[in-house]
Amino acid sequence: MRRFADLHLRVPTEDSVKAEDMIRRASELGYSLVGIPLSPNASKEQISKLRRICSEEKIDFISRVTFFPRTSNELLQSLRRYRRKFEILAVRCDTKEVARQAAKDRRVDLLQFSVTSLRKRFFDEAEAELASQALASLEIELAPMLQLTSFSRVRLLSRLRKEVATATRFKVPITLSSGATEELLMRGPHDYAALTTLFDLPLSSALKALSDNPLIMVERNRKKLSPDYVAPGIQVVGRKAGA
Amino acid sequence: MLKREKRRYLALATVNGEALNGQVVLDAVQASIHRLFGEYGASKANLKLVEKRTDKRQIVVCCSHKALEQVRAAIASTTVINGKSGAIHVLGVSGTLKALSKKTETD
Repeated sequence: MRRFADLHLRVPTEDSVKAEDMIRRASELGYSLVGIPLSPNASKEQISKLRRICSEEKIDFISRVTFFPRTSNELLQSLRRYRRKFEILAVRCDTKEVARQAAKDRRVDLLQFSVTSLRKRFFDEAEAELASQALASLEIELAPMLQLTSFSRVRLLSRLRKEVATATRFKVPITLSSGATEELLMRGPHDYAALTTLFDLPLSSALKALSDNPLIMVERNRKKLSPDYVAPGIQVVGRKAGA
Repeated sequence: MLKREKRRYLALATVNGEALNGQVVLDAVQASIHRLFGEYGASKANLKLVEKRTDKRQIVVCCSHKALEQVRAAIASTTVINGKSGAIHVLGVSGTLKALSKKTETD
C-alpha cells in the first residue's frame, strides 16, 4: 500500500490542543508522515513534544525548517548552521539570487516560491536546469489554492501549469504539500491529487509527488543524519567493541 | 444504440460541525464545479444526490465516470457550505453502491 507524506503541515507549535487535532486529522486522512515546520532555534522539548503527539497518532514526524533569506550569503550561512539539525530543509526564494543559489546547492531539499506575488516565482528553465543537477525539489503548496479566489487563483493555476511543464521537461522532482494552517484546509492525498489536475499535473505524477518523492527525500536525509554516514556511498557497517 | 453512461458513486463526509444535509452539500459541490469548470463542465459531470446515510454521517453522490477527477477537484476545493466555512472529504469511490458500502465499512 502506498504511503503518503505531507511535508508542510503548519501546525501551531505553541497550541498543543490544535496541534494534536491537526496531526490526528492528518492520520485519519491517510498520511503516514508529516513534516512540521519549526523555527531554526526550536528547543529539544518542543521537538520531542511534537514527536510524542505524532507517535501517539501512529504517524511519522519529520522536522522541517524553512529559510527566508534575502541574499545568497545569508542562505549559505543558514545552511552551514542548521543542515545537520533538521531532516527537511526548504528555502523560500523571494529573490532571483537566492533562487539560483538554492537550486544549485545540494543541501537544499525544497524550493518554495510565493503564491501571492507571482513576479517572485523564479522557477524558469535556468532554475530548473540548476535544480535538476542538484537534489532540490519544487514544492507546490495546495492550501493557498483553496484560499485564493477568482482572478488570483486563475493566475496561480496558469503559473503552476507552466512550472509543472518546465519541471517535467528538466526532470526536477515535484513535491506536493498542504501548507495547511487549520483543519478545514486539510484534504486527503487523493483529493489533493485530483486538485492538481487543475494545473495539468497527471494523476500518477501527483500521487508520486505526494508519496514517492517526499519519502525518497526523507530516507536520503535520515541516512545522511545518521552517525554511521561518512560520505555519499560510504557508511559505517559495524564497530569493533572497545575501538 | 446509445451506450449507457458509466457512473461513479462517491461517499462524502463534511467537516463543519453541522448536521449533514444532503442537498446543502450537493449545492456546495455544484457551486464549486460551476466555479472551476463552468456550465459546460457541470453538465458533463452530471452530479446527483443518491442517498443520505444519517447513521454514518455520510452522503452518497454519483457522477459520470469521465468527470470523476473534475468532481473530486471541485469537492476538494469546496471551502464554504451553506454560508459557513467547511470542508468535504471523499471517503470512498466505487462503480457500484454495494462495493461503496463495503469500502466505507472497512475504512
